[in-house]
Amino acid sequence: MSRDARLWTTLMILGALALLVRAAWTDQGMGREYVRASPAADGRITRYEPATFGDYQRSVAADPDQATVRVSVPRSVGLWLAAFFTLAVFSFLYKDNPFYKIAEAVLVGVSAAYWMVVGFWDVLVPNLFAKIFPGVVQGWAMPGLTGPEAERNLWYLVPLGLGVMLLWRLAPRGAWIARWPLAFIIGTTAGLRLAAFLHGDFLAQIRNTILPLVVLGADGTFNPGASVANILIVGSVLCCLAYFFFSFEHKGVVGGAARVGIWVLMITFGAGFGYTVMGRIALLAIRLEFLLDDWLWLIDPAGRRMATLAQGLLVNI
Amino acid sequence: MGAFLRDEWWIMLLAAASLAPLVRRFAGEGFFPALRTLDRRWIFLLMFWSVLLPIYYIGLTGQTFPEVPSALSQATFDEIERLQEGDPILLSFDYDPASEGELGPMATAFVKHAAAKGLRMYFMALWPVGAQMIDDTIARVIHTDYPELVYGQDYVNLGFKSGNEGVIKVIVTNLRELYTTDVRGTAIRDIPMMEGITNIQQMRLVINVSAGYAGTKEWVQYAVTPFPDRIRLVAGSTGVQAPLLYPYIPGQLAGLLGAIKGAAEYEKLVVDAYGGPNPDPRYLEGLRRMGPQLVAHLLIITLIVVANVLYLADRRREMRR
Repeated sequence: MSRDARLWTTLMILGALALLVRAAWTDQGMGREYVRASPAADGRITRYEPATFGDYQRSVAADPDQATVRVSVPRSVGLWLAAFFTLAVFSFLYKDNPFYKIAEAVLVGVSAAYWMVVGFWDVLVPNLFAKIFPGVVQGWAMPGLTGPEAERNLWYLVPLGLGVMLLWRLAPRGAWIARWPLAFIIGTTAGLRLAAFLHGDFLAQIRNTILPLVVLGADGTFNPGASVANILIVGSVLCCLAYFFFSFEHKGVVGGAARVGIWVLMITFGAGFGYTVMGRIALLAIRLEFLLDDWLWLIDPAGRRMATLAQGLLVNI
Repeated sequence: MGAFLRDEWWIMLLAAASLAPLVRRFAGEGFFPALRTLDRRWIFLLMFWSVLLPIYYIGLTGQTFPEVPSALSQATFDEIERLQEGDPILLSFDYDPASEGELGPMATAFVKHAAAKGLRMYFMALWPVGAQMIDDTIARVIHTDYPELVYGQDYVNLGFKSGNEGVIKVIVTNLRELYTTDVRGTAIRDIPMMEGITNIQQMRLVINVSAGYAGTKEWVQYAVTPFPDRIRLVAGSTGVQAPLLYPYIPGQLAGLLGAIKGAAEYEKLVVDAYGGPNPDPRYLEGLRRMGPQLVAHLLIITLIVVANVLYLADRRREMRR
């Protein structure tokens, strides 16, 4: 057995033992999900709403024989699976391994299936079938589809035809037919985006950069802070433009402005990097919080389980 | 802190034990030589503990760091604050569980603020999983703290519509062209609060919580830019895309919450105004997550400084040769 294998085996055995002890031999345990069962639709079906361990404790204290708040096995299994996959993905930071591969494969498979389901129920059914066969869709999938919106609209046969043509590329012959709807998609998307970028970015950004370099307050007094800010904005934009202006050699005034432009760009990239780091740490924090709070029950920041961490204890350092 | 160290000694011991080989190596080889050949996995481990320990500490003690709201968070807060009870607002939740850690606290705070103000909330999503994010937030805020609000009268979930910016392009002029039912399948005309609503120009404010495409940039391009006098937009966005949205401020974007820092600042404003003397911990998620941010950022800054010192020292040595 290699050193790595010994290390992993030891860690896993120790981890499994710790989990077993915590789950079975501590007062509150860990990793359980609860639901509140309530009758719905004239008592014929039971509705299950999420509940907490705290809700369960309160219900048992009020009535030891109660069965309203109870452990949910499917949700608990889901919780343990989420914890397993979180750890499996984290394990990649050490090195590639079978657990990571499993997590990766499951993610890809589930995502593909999810997008297929979304594509059918959220795109094809309401946006196409409901327009062409409103009666059928109303009786089968969308009972709320009534009134003027439920009238048949045969114009939607055009996108149906284009969709069929797009799928033609999968056929052994006549793949060229797919080029026509593809050309339509590219044309409309380009037109839509070109207008939006010209209007929303190009023209609007020019407008946003036309700023007074000397800012006066409402009472006519000089506002140095706003003036410096505007000078910085206008100057930075001009310097960055000078850096991307290649019709002149970057010498003299143009060269100086271009060098300042590089600094402005570097500061922008630095700000972007800083924000990205903050975002990534936040994502790591939520996963670790999930492991410590929802799974291991070591902490209870939202006060869902521990009576000692009730409201009112939150104070600033 | 003393009580924490005394009671939770085991986790500190675990952290120290896991880092002991690194310390031994530094002691044996010297600081800079060991750093030159440092395996990146030690940095991962340092990052792990620098995020986990503050989470554990804050999770047990409930302590948070003080936040001073920035001008952008204040502008976002003020945009909602100026609205009157019963004003309609559109909340588009364009994100998924992958960015829930950053955007969930913002979404919670936005809904808390809107519910406390008594605004009529119209929820929608341009991302497929956005509809579930809406349900989660409604359950967390409205069902728990505002059970008196009635679905269909005070808030409605219009759900997800495919089409990205195409959806925005249509609903700015004709909402009912795309939305015939809400997420529950109820006909739009049977929902009381939809009476008289024909397009989103009638909304007093659009709030967008965005993780990327389609999101805030598309709302600016296809909703605010064509109707600058009618549609006002505030947004909460992930850290990755926040710098790309700054050029739109303030002309096209009235307020912006950038990443978890923006969420924490906005939470502070909402909790101070509407949280009461003992704010519910559910509304302090962003503030709690600033603890790990602080320690992890200190670690990263230290590593950047040390690595640069090492680089400059090496370069000087090379030049002397």
